[in-house]
Amino acid sequence: MSIEPEPGTVTVASRLSGFMRGGGILVPVVTALIAFLVGGIVVLATGANPIDTYKAIFDGSGLNWLFPWVTGDDRTLAALNLQQTLLLTTPLILTGLAVAFAFRAGLFNIGGQGQYLIGSFAAVWVGSSFADMATLPHVVLSVVAACAAGGAWAGIAGLLKATTGANEVISTIMLNWTAVYLGFYLFGLGGPLQNSDPQQQSVPVSNDVVASAQLHVFWGDPELQGLHIGIFIALVTVAVFWVLLNRSVTGYEVRAVGFSPDAAEYGGISAGRSYVKVMLICGIFAGLAGACDVLGWQFRVATNDIQVSQVGFYGIAVALLGRNTAVGTVAAALLFGALLNGTSVRNLDPSIFEPQLATNLTYIIQGLIVLFVSAPVLVTSLSRGRLRARRKPMPKPEVRTGAGA
Amino acid sequence: MSAVSEEPAAASRRGGGSRVLERLRRVTGPQWCGWAGIALGVLSFYVTLPPVLIRSIAPSIVIGLVGLTLGAIAVRAGEKRVGWGAVVASLAGILGAYGAVSSGVTNLDRVVVWSALLAAALRYATPLTFAALGGVTSERSGVVNIGLEGMMLMGAFFGAWGADVTSSWVGGLAIGMLAGAATGFVHAVFAISLRADQIVSGTAINFLALGITGYLFVKIYGDEGTPDNLPAIPDVHLPIGGIPFIGDGLEQLNLMIWLGLLLVALLTAFLFRTPQGLRLRSVGENPLAADTAGISPIRVRYLAVIASGAFAAMGGVFLSIGFVHSFNQNMIAGKGFIGLAAVIFGKWKPGGALAAALLFGFSSALAQRLPVFSPSTATLFQALPYVLTLIAVAGLVGRSRPPAADGIPYERH
Repeated sequence: MSIEPEPGTVTVASRLSGFMRGGGILVPVVTALIAFLVGGIVVLATGANPIDTYKAIFDGSGLNWLFPWVTGDDRTLAALNLQQTLLLTTPLILTGLAVAFAFRAGLFNIGGQGQYLIGSFAAVWVGSSFADMATLPHVVLSVVAACAAGGAWAGIAGLLKATTGANEVISTIMLNWTAVYLGFYLFGLGGPLQNSDPQQQSVPVSNDVVASAQLHVFWGDPELQGLHIGIFIALVTVAVFWVLLNRSVTGYEVRAVGFSPDAAEYGGISAGRSYVKVMLICGIFAGLAGACDVLGWQFRVATNDIQVSQVGFYGIAVALLGRNTAVGTVAAALLFGALLNGTSVRNLDPSIFEPQLATNLTYIIQGLIVLFVSAPVLVTSLSRGRLRARRKPMPKPEVRTGAGA
Repeated sequence: MSAVSEEPAAASRRGGGSRVLERLRRVTGPQWCGWAGIALGVLSFYVTLPPVLIRSIAPSIVIGLVGLTLGAIAVRAGEKRVGWGAVVASLAGILGAYGAVSSGVTNLDRVVVWSALLAAALRYATPLTFAALGGVTSERSGVVNIGLEGMMLMGAFFGAWGADVTSSWVGGLAIGMLAGAATGFVHAVFAISLRADQIVSGTAINFLALGITGYLFVKIYGDEGTPDNLPAIPDVHLPIGGIPFIGDGLEQLNLMIWLGLLLVALLTAFLFRTPQGLRLRSVGENPLAADTAGISPIRVRYLAVIASGAFAAMGGVFLSIGFVHSFNQNMIAGKGFIGLAAVIFGKWKPGGALAAALLFGFSSALAQRLPVFSPSTATLFQALPYVLTLIAVAGLVGRSRPPAADGIPYERH
């Protein structure tokens, strides 16, 4: 139900190899279904009706807007909800790409969160300064600043990996938390980028992004967090990701290093330079996500948000579920965006299921998906088990859920 | 496990003394120079702080320059690591002294209360220590454990819940550790049996723990939170209040703090002084060789990862019913990752991890008091553990090297 949408990207999917299509779509779909099944059992154990709950989450996400028979007030509400879902999907696509690109190069970029944060810091700084600039140059300047900052932040990890062999998992984790505290410093009380309005002296928040740096809202009310053009930026970036990876020299080198750094070196590709390049690009993707959020609908960075934000971590789940492909990332980002928005306090009907519980249910479902995707043995046995599954369909998922719960 | 390590622990303490002496004899001249330089660097800062409180920069500069010279001598003689350490320590000491001299005495008196700083540092270090011990146990057996954060969170929630249900902190500790061990078991199944990518399954553990604890917390305690009269882990009172400096600091500390220190000693003895410990380390270095020698890498790794979960959970239990006395969603807030940092900074040794945790704990304790000077700069201080670890993995100051087979699933043929 939730993986299939995105009919417009089928042409890109059709160009992927047959293997990726066969094993590449079935496995994530089954994985997600099992995770939702377990989630349903959890809901059932709580005493609520899982089908009603998932229906409420689905409606809360606004995906029912796609059904032509939803009309009138329902349709207006669905449109509002769908705008919210796509708002959340935008950064998820980008942070997903930041993780996916690294995976294809044999690197694990766990630092999407830090790169996203640094990008949003840069975007809010540039976006709230230069109030006299014209709109287009101001937006471009802010976005470029965010990309550069995110790229530089990730580049630290790439450079360390290339020069000293430092494990990028550890260094990106450390950079994540360094970014968090850097944000506390910058926007906290008395910090250099804290709100300059004397009335706001006791509020740990940045200056507001001025109108000339805000992204254009093309669907919905700009006052009510309508959908901004960031979603198109994200989709264009997906195309760039695909071309970069599959049709460019850099992509070829990156994938070669991903398969085997030694073999790539033997073939004349510098693995070290490739690591730096990959991390730079990943950081640019994640920084762009920060720019979209800040310039598109948040317009400010508060230290509370820095603490709560999980966008970069969701990106890991998005990339894994999307099998690090362009189309997969979009589909997975839409799934998680819908799930996040559908379970939010504002959108889920509390008479059917308590939103606070549902938010945690999202974490559980996400954890299960990542857990199942983590085991290639599980995945291969799953696709190999397709034939056997015809004979004994039920026991297999049960065993898996037993191990995961 | 503790029954096995009890006796060798005592043995190593006896044998340990002579070993330390032997090591000291092996220390060369230039190395002494370097260490003396580091000590002088620290001293140059110390003399400007209470209670010595010299209000002039001159003595610090003299002491610091001597330290710098000693460091330079050590570097020239080939003792690069200690030598550069001395150079950095001396420069930092002079800088710190300059800062102290140029700030007010009242502020200094309020910030630098050694006994309170010591107690606070120990308190902040304890959750990190438990997490780091969990990390050391797991990674020494060859399984990377990014899920420490989640395991701590499980310990924190189930510790609070267990204490509430059984009306005793012992019950809370036991249930919390069980929950951590169970989480460790899940990680073990995926990382060892299913040969999952250990980083990915660790990440999944973190998400799962966040969801499970948050879900149960909302379901059981709703908006009101955990009850106020949650049974707490008791403090240990020692009649040492009279001793200057450490007396005031160590007089009244939580039981878990002492348990943490004890666990460090026990784990060190276990890992490096018992056959079982040797087996665990060998599995982490070369599982194939261990397997050939009749050790089951699968079994050893399972036990290590389960124990790792229980250890990390102890840190969580301390936080919820020994420190904060309540549970909040996502209350670990990155401490598991600082624990991971302590593992790396401490070079995969329990003692090293403790030292790193103490350093990080001290920086947190200091950050708590620094807002007197500047609230925004104080928060930067909390990033110190992460930045230091970044420097440590980069090998700028002595390379941290993981066990050889760390993170590589073992496949039996």
